[in-house]
Amino acid sequence: MTDLIAFLRECPIVSRHRPWPRIELDAATWQSLAARLATEDWELLALWAEPDTVHVALRDPQPGTLAVLSRACPGGGFASLSAARPGALRMERAARDLFGLVPEGLSDARPWLDHGRWPMRRPLSPAPEPRSLDEPAARATDYPFLTVSGPLAERGVLHQIPVGPIHAGIIEPGHFRFHANGETVVRLEERLGYVHKGTEKLMQGKTLADAARLAGRVSGDSTVAHALAFCRAAEAALDVKAPPRADYLRAVMAELERIANHLGDFGAICNDAAFSFILAEASLLREDVLRAAHANFGHRLMMDKVIPGGVAADLFDPGVEGLRRLVARVWKRVLELASIYDGKPSLLDRTIGTGAVARALVQRFAAGGFVGRAAGRNFDARRTPGYPPYDDLDFDVPMLDEGDVHARVWIRIREIGESVKIIQQCLDRLPAGPIATPLPARGGEGVALVEGFRGDILTWVRLADDGTVARCHPRDPSWLQWPLLEAAIEGNIVADFPLCNKSFNCSYSGHDL
Amino acid sequence: MWGTIARSLLGGAHTEKAPSPDEAALAELAGQLDAAARGRLGRSLSIRQVDAGSCNGCELEIHALSNPYYDLERFGLKFVASPRHADVLLVTGPVTHHMAEALQRAWRATPAPKWVVAAGDCACSGGVFAGSYACVGPVANAIPVDVHIKGCPPAPVDLLRGLLALLQTVAKR
Repeated sequence: MTDLIAFLRECPIVSRHRPWPRIELDAATWQSLAARLATEDWELLALWAEPDTVHVALRDPQPGTLAVLSRACPGGGFASLSAARPGALRMERAARDLFGLVPEGLSDARPWLDHGRWPMRRPLSPAPEPRSLDEPAARATDYPFLTVSGPLAERGVLHQIPVGPIHAGIIEPGHFRFHANGETVVRLEERLGYVHKGTEKLMQGKTLADAARLAGRVSGDSTVAHALAFCRAAEAALDVKAPPRADYLRAVMAELERIANHLGDFGAICNDAAFSFILAEASLLREDVLRAAHANFGHRLMMDKVIPGGVAADLFDPGVEGLRRLVARVWKRVLELASIYDGKPSLLDRTIGTGAVARALVQRFAAGGFVGRAAGRNFDARRTPGYPPYDDLDFDVPMLDEGDVHARVWIRIREIGESVKIIQQCLDRLPAGPIATPLPARGGEGVALVEGFRGDILTWVRLADDGTVARCHPRDPSWLQWPLLEAAIEGNIVADFPLCNKSFNCSYSGHDL
Repeated sequence: MWGTIARSLLGGAHTEKAPSPDEAALAELAGQLDAAARGRLGRSLSIRQVDAGSCNGCELEIHALSNPYYDLERFGLKFVASPRHADVLLVTGPVTHHMAEALQRAWRATPAPKWVVAAGDCACSGGVFAGSYACVGPVANAIPVDVHIKGCPPAPVDLLRGLLALLQTVAKR
């Protein structure tokens, strides 16, 4: 295995990009990168575009270096990386839809985020092309789904099940197309983009404060983590550090968010296996956590409480004690619920062995969070590359190998315990001092990797000289997890799809942007 | 498990007292309903939630309505899977262009008499996404809206107050 930085040593490094280098590749080096990815273990964390440029964030797992690689493509074309890194496939399709850049060699010519209903084509390119109002809106049936070949298809025994965009519950919208052989799923294909809100375009030209509010609404369940990733990227671009007290308060909020979401998922997964008792119990605990968040930080989901330069809410003495008692009580109760979960063979019959994803696939896609860690990919952004205050805290990163629904449940349970430990340490060591630092208005480029409850969020930002956002790309962990759900369900029964889907709990909004 | 069941039986319910109906929603609803419709529906409404582009924050709080603290079903309000079974569409999000048709189809599939509740700042005004190329804007730009519940996201108690105002209007004799 070659060292990523050694491979790139001949290429120019962009100044004012922090904390990891951004390296400019010429056409030949990008082309050789596309070839080298087939043999190297470099992980593709994100791929995004600007007018005339495509960027890719890579991570070399040994020694853990990160770099952003940029390829200027004034002609509009760049060599596709998706043959060796299939996680890039939808990202490249999105870059084509939004910017009109052409991923050369990409076999999939279908649009991804563009459903043919926006008033223009290529909305983020310098010259979007208006779509005529006389043009009939694209019909949902126009999208050519992948088909199944082979003996089953030839015998005509397969049937298709279209599901969505509106699903039968309080869930985000998206379309799932199943090919089934009786009860058994032969192929699932997702079609997403229904909740595309144009967030990246809205961020352009905004002040840091306004853009942070948008970042906090990329995926509402990860509002703290997305705001944190945006703020850390902006602070890196400006070469400014948030005060130590803000770092600790950010961690308290981020871990409360993780606990609340893991509780919600634990309950919902059990409920999808028809064991509503744990849903009722876990939803009580979740509500207790949200009420504590409201009491201490002023918002149940802690929206807009992580701000560029620090945090918008401080923690005071009675609140500290209350949080200490709350997290101890939550963990005690979760352990009781976990033993109930483990003691129900009829429940375990649904979760063990269901929706398994192989470790090789998780690594190939660099899938983060409980999806990766339940299948043997030992990665947590809080540990590597790490960021304050986690470098000073003692916590474990739980890992399992089975990659099934059961493993994803248990990763969540154990992560609640670790988050409790982290919050207790943060409350014990909360440094005195200011909770925010003023930010200068100047240009720069920054990138941040932050561990949300769902997995690692990578946010890249370029600030204009007046300090406003010129371009921002928040990459939700779901981008690298959604494709694996298609693999997880293969060979399972249709009736287990809600269970598999809930155990992944990918964000539609975070992906669609 | 048995310990939990014993505690649940002896410890009393977690469910909290109902909040008062939202005044603004009551005013918005005043005089919208004829007596015949009230008679047909009694004090029971079925709700179909439609996410028309939300960030999923609103969905989290709508889910919370079913936890034992709020226990939405005690009011005769329940979530149903199909718009054909629904009296109320509870819509969130700044209505993306990609969801507008699905939302309108869901509305057409809902039998009359029906009500539409726009929940959350995005559904009420477009919120932080107002003016985007990808959004139609407030729910009222896509289908007729009867009640607005503000908030980003509205807390469960705000959602409950808005829905209770609707229920009270429907049930009034």
